[in-house]
Amino acid sequence: MAWTRKILRVNLTDRTTKSEPLNMEWANDYLGQRGLATKYLVSEIDPKVDPLSPDNKIIWATGPLTGTMASTGGRYSVVTKGPLTGAIACSNSGGYFGAELKFAGWDMVIIEGRASSPVYLSIQNDKVEIRDASHLWGKTVWETEETLKSEHQDPQVRVSCIGRTGEAGVLYAAIVNDLHRAAGRSGVGAVAGSKNLKALVVRGTLGVGNLANPKEFMKVTFEKKKILKENAVTGQGLPTYGTQVLMNVINEIGAMPTRNHKDVQFEGARKISAEAMHEPRESDGKAQLVNNQGCFGCTIACGRISKIDQTHYTVVNSPKYWGATGGLEYEAAWSLGCANGVDDIEALQYANMLCNEDGFDPISFGATIGAVMELYEMGVLTKEEIGIEAPFGSARALTFLVEQTARGEGFGKIVGLGSKRLCEKYGHPELSMSVKGQEFPAYDARGVQGMGLTYATSNRGACHLRSYTISSEVLGIPVKTDPHTTEGKPALVKAFQDATAVVDSSGLCVFTTFAWALSDIQPQLQAACEGDWSMEKLDLMGERIWNMERQFNNAAGFTRKDDDLPPRLKTEAAKAGPAKGLVSGIDKMIPEYYELRGWDSEGRPTAETVARLGL
Amino acid sequence: MQKSLHIDPSKCTSCLQCEMACSFENYGVFNNSLSRIKVFDFHHTGAKVPYTCTQCDEAWCMHACPVEAIKLDKDNGAKVVFEDVCVGCKVCTIACPFGTVNYVAETGKVQKCDLCGGNPACAEACPTGAITYVDANWTGLDRMRQWADKLGNQPA
Repeated sequence: MAWTRKILRVNLTDRTTKSEPLNMEWANDYLGQRGLATKYLVSEIDPKVDPLSPDNKIIWATGPLTGTMASTGGRYSVVTKGPLTGAIACSNSGGYFGAELKFAGWDMVIIEGRASSPVYLSIQNDKVEIRDASHLWGKTVWETEETLKSEHQDPQVRVSCIGRTGEAGVLYAAIVNDLHRAAGRSGVGAVAGSKNLKALVVRGTLGVGNLANPKEFMKVTFEKKKILKENAVTGQGLPTYGTQVLMNVINEIGAMPTRNHKDVQFEGARKISAEAMHEPRESDGKAQLVNNQGCFGCTIACGRISKIDQTHYTVVNSPKYWGATGGLEYEAAWSLGCANGVDDIEALQYANMLCNEDGFDPISFGATIGAVMELYEMGVLTKEEIGIEAPFGSARALTFLVEQTARGEGFGKIVGLGSKRLCEKYGHPELSMSVKGQEFPAYDARGVQGMGLTYATSNRGACHLRSYTISSEVLGIPVKTDPHTTEGKPALVKAFQDATAVVDSSGLCVFTTFAWALSDIQPQLQAACEGDWSMEKLDLMGERIWNMERQFNNAAGFTRKDDDLPPRLKTEAAKAGPAKGLVSGIDKMIPEYYELRGWDSEGRPTAETVARLGL
Repeated sequence: MQKSLHIDPSKCTSCLQCEMACSFENYGVFNNSLSRIKVFDFHHTGAKVPYTCTQCDEAWCMHACPVEAIKLDKDNGAKVVFEDVCVGCKVCTIACPFGTVNYVAETGKVQKCDLCGGNPACAEACPTGAITYVDANWTGLDRMRQWADKLGNQPA
């Protein structure tokens, strides 16, 4: 069956919990996790709802392969209407929490309403309690997990929780599990905070059984793991260097957004790269990187475990940061580093730790600091206002502002609004490097044209994980396309978007797709799940999920004009590197993309499309 | 030739494939709480260590059992719990110095690693070679080879 067929519904206003059967018809059409949770959400909330009001709902959802031996089968997603964008929000996390929730017997947890005082949810298999969390309010993610493990007298519970930023409503607050894995983007943590919900604490001992064809499942997952192991990216690049393997690659092709996208190459990239993480430091002779870690069931193990330099100014008096913990991934190294022109890798690791410790998205945070630094250099923001001199390249400004944001102090409160609101507040909305209010990740839309379309049309605002065309345009997976041309990109983006929607709904990690095609995932689903899971069905399902999200956004008030990039990327050409002279051709790509999608010129799915997808 | 499980913590990524393989082999379900091998993730050092029964020759658990429910599998040296004999007294769990035999409340019996009858599922599932099933007399062979390599293959 792969699904537990049970949903836990929790109403925080009434303080009630109940078990419901999973709608198996919907599971057949939307699979699980991202697709299925979104189906529940869009069926139950008004698209125009204020994301931080009690009428919004927030869903923790696993997929049918979560908690199985399929490689990377440990993912869960948090689905809600996001406060950063006002669009659908769906943030995916690894670690061990997702599998634990499934082992406790739940496919998903739907949270409704708002508690009158801070609470957390305790789940031990069928035993579910809404418990007082007033003593946890004001605690960081790390303190919360430690406290809950101690109070439950069970080191084996898994915790998914918010830090102080989620409580304070930082619009890109994350939900963090296992100390440093996060449902990171779009401010899902702020939604939990708005509901006075501090944490989910889970212990599951029921396991996942009753697969449709267990023997075939073991055989096929074993074969597919072999493909991951033998692939250069998933078998060598990612385990050895993590996602940071990209730092030098992306910089060399001139697609490294630098200093709030003013430049496309960062002269300090080498100093903050994967290679730098491996090198012994001058101070202590040790490398920042300790080792790599897999999430639940993951045979790739791209995760970085690092130790900061104890003599670095940020931590010299704070031994609590000296231990091993989550290290720099490429997106964070970019956003905290290149986006601000900061090349002090220890400062980046410090900022990264604080993002984990207090639960906020390093991409949106770092990119917002990029805007702050540009406004500072323009003289719009001053030292007095920010609390520190903040030119591009200032590690001191970065680490000062990460502390302020984590604690909700001073200018950190403004930084917590994200770049769109911040730039609007200071009269320069054009300086926010975002789409639909969500900041760009680490690929410049001028140097990699497909990524521009990816960002402009992503249903959760700018995001690389909705259609990672870097695979094709840079790495040549599954086929190499020219990153500098717009030609063929609408079809490429659509194909990646639809396939990724299926991966995100399965319980697996999208990083498997460096080695696996959807046709490698299909037999794993077929062996696990009852019924027919043909490629045709999965292709259509991906498209259905994408259009369902789109319809929600349209109903929430998004239109054609929201599928756009900031003027900088359309008018200021790349200054250097292989993409020198290029701007984004987004305006050329959008009409073709709409047509391929079966949408009208305003970006609305036509009646025919809606009918074809069974929406 | 007798074989034994050999663990190299430096290769472990804490993916828990071994735990799932163990529970699936023995109970037909993916359920880490039923696994006889456990991976310990020491957050502050980054160390990840799989740990399970080493099949002591003079097995404390076997000697402590009052009903002789733990017996030696002569083929592979495993000390195997016979559930139909086990009375769930838990004395073996006290006797074992390493904690690798444990009570299962759901069955009222104890469980421990039995080497899967000579083909341990955890070793087969481990993607990094952190858990291997090797000649019991030569568990140090790989490490010896590494040092021999250092000794003999140094650049001139």
